[in-house]
Amino acid sequence: MSSALNNPAHPRNVQLTSDGRLKHFLSINGLSKTLLTEILDTAESFANMGEQSVKKVPLLRGKTIVNLFFENSTRTRATFELAAKRLSADVLNLDIKTSSTAKGETLMDTLQNIEAMYADMFVVRHADSGAAHFIASQVTPRVAIINAGDGRHAHPTQAMLDMFTIRKHKGGFEGLKVAIVGDILHSRVARSQIRALNTLGAEEVRLVAPKTLLPIGIEEMGAKIYTRMEDGIRDVDVVIMLRLQKERMSGALLPSEAEFYRLYGLTTEKLSYAHPEAIVMHPGPINRGVEIESAVADGSRSVILQQVGYGIATRMAVMSMAMSGQMHERAQI
Amino acid sequence: MRISILGGRVIDPAQQLDQITDVHLQEGQILALGDCPKGFQAEQTINAGGLIVCPGFIDLCCHLREPGPSYKGNIASETQAALAGGFTQVCVRPDTQPPLDSPAVVRVVKEKAELVGKAKVLPVGALTQGLDGQLLSNMSGLQGAGCVALTNLRHPVQDNLILRRCLEYAATFDLLVVFYPEDSSLKGLGFAHEGSLSSQLGLEGIPETAETLAVAQILLLVEQTGIRAHFAHLSTAKAVTQIAEAKAKGLPITADVALSHLLFTEACLESFDSNFHLEPPLRSATDRLGLLQGLKDGTLSAVSSGHLPHEAAAKMAPFSVSEPGMSSLEVVLPKMLTLVEEGWLSLTDMVRRLALAPAELLRIKSGALLPGYSADLILIDPKASWILNNQTGFSAGKNTPFWNQPLKGRVVTSLVNGEIRYNLK
Repeated sequence: MSSALNNPAHPRNVQLTSDGRLKHFLSINGLSKTLLTEILDTAESFANMGEQSVKKVPLLRGKTIVNLFFENSTRTRATFELAAKRLSADVLNLDIKTSSTAKGETLMDTLQNIEAMYADMFVVRHADSGAAHFIASQVTPRVAIINAGDGRHAHPTQAMLDMFTIRKHKGGFEGLKVAIVGDILHSRVARSQIRALNTLGAEEVRLVAPKTLLPIGIEEMGAKIYTRMEDGIRDVDVVIMLRLQKERMSGALLPSEAEFYRLYGLTTEKLSYAHPEAIVMHPGPINRGVEIESAVADGSRSVILQQVGYGIATRMAVMSMAMSGQMHERAQI
Repeated sequence: MRISILGGRVIDPAQQLDQITDVHLQEGQILALGDCPKGFQAEQTINAGGLIVCPGFIDLCCHLREPGPSYKGNIASETQAALAGGFTQVCVRPDTQPPLDSPAVVRVVKEKAELVGKAKVLPVGALTQGLDGQLLSNMSGLQGAGCVALTNLRHPVQDNLILRRCLEYAATFDLLVVFYPEDSSLKGLGFAHEGSLSSQLGLEGIPETAETLAVAQILLLVEQTGIRAHFAHLSTAKAVTQIAEAKAKGLPITADVALSHLLFTEACLESFDSNFHLEPPLRSATDRLGLLQGLKDGTLSAVSSGHLPHEAAAKMAPFSVSEPGMSSLEVVLPKMLTLVEEGWLSLTDMVRRLALAPAELLRIKSGALLPGYSADLILIDPKASWILNNQTGFSAGKNTPFWNQPLKGRVVTSLVNGEIRYNLK
């Protein structure tokens, strides 16, 4: 069809070098099982660093990493900053408040100005889906771009740290049943998780939510839709709860927090439907009593706090791999 | 000026004509086809051997950006681009700044276009004052100033009583009303076709029902008021079916499709390329087939350029915040020829969709090579290979996926009122 001919800039190719190495990390889409496994293995090699007295490796010494956060974030930015520092990079944090209707020039000008300061990597969080792709393909292609969350589209480092957590606790992905519960509609995390789980070979990915919070046609990504929590988490090995924003009530998506909690909140009682050894995950920050009961969040099955710790190792892995790919490609030009 | 265009393949759907013959022009009008009339002495002859000669195209929806932001384009640049694309007349959208809601602004646009002397402009006036859907525009005055139709574009009249009054008042003057059907609440903040792909990409969707619900509602009001209505830029297969059924019932309606929707689908959004951020959004492959089918069977009687030129910065932004629209006047011919090659329509039907049908639905004496008609015609080299770039393009807007791409089929000469106003060197 003519459209394919006219549109060669496919995202699958944007983040890889000509020989298939990572040079940006924009989305899970288009990355192979081998590459995702390499990220997890690399993260594994960094995982115990936090316990050592010297928490640094010199992999990115002399490199400048700029955290560009166009959207508020505390934990994600902190783990990216720690990851960069443990890789011995110089880090600059920029919080750029911008309305979603701000003109494109501002974003472009900002980025090109920072690029002129010889930055080697941008860690970008932005409220618009596709922002990281736009920067990598149109604005500063010679700076390695790490997507730290773009609109509803993707949050690939969060998904990879979740995969790392699952592999740590479950040993692998074969035969694994995973339920993702809650506000799928607005969740970039869920979208990246679905892709990662399918690529890594999980047996079943289930999405559990009322129809107002399920994006149309999302099952085509490779997921089964459940609207009843009890059915959705029956016998699953992993339950991933998503954060529910208060704004969802005013948008006529839900009648009340109480009704959501009654139907989809993860309580000890509901968790009993899952596999007896099922783990409970949450990308945070959690809303106690809205999507999860405190007893579950703090309980023995919860790995929510471990996720945060694994986030640093995973981000170190992605940053070092993308920088290496970017350097490799620059050397070839 | 007396001109004879000799030996071209003359295609004129109005006369079911497709044959090698001559065309003779006199005093800005078509004088005769075929043999040279007795006593006619051409002052200039044009050898059209190997070329197609046909009525100049008429665009139903074109943005000239003047008055308004001149960095996006102006009457001179865009009417020149129109001629290079084979459009000898272009309908001008009313969302200029200020909008075309008063006879004075309409006259300014017309006079400026005449002064520039490229393609002729056919202003489409605002249906409501300021396009804000509240007060009736001065419809009779707009008609008097030369408006060929009225529209509120994609600013739907929210209040159905006001809409009904608009249609009744427009019907008083037998004015054509153009609808860009879209339910604004269902559209919400969306900017991509709602479906699996937009869900995966995290782009807010516009459901099919945003279009079909609006079409259904407008059709009922058309039936009630008896207004002549034209549905512009349909994007869904279902809307094509709705139009076909309403036509079969005998409603006085017509419909068109924009070039972009005949060529592309939502799949183009996968790389977040803002050139494909359009209104209405590019939809599914099934929808595209429905539109092509509608084009083939005539439910969609016309094709419009949907030309919306932008400066580079308008598109240099993440998809959702980029400005919608595509610059397309100059690629309509080569891309329509591709559809002809693919068997979707004949050359004659291509000319019908681009020239005769727009003239008929606008009720203007044009779009045909009949004696006494204004000599607005074009010469096409269907085999010419070229590339759209800074050397060949005239529009101020480079916001097209065809920029720097090879194209086949090109307008060689455009005549307006019997004058050669564009000639490819």
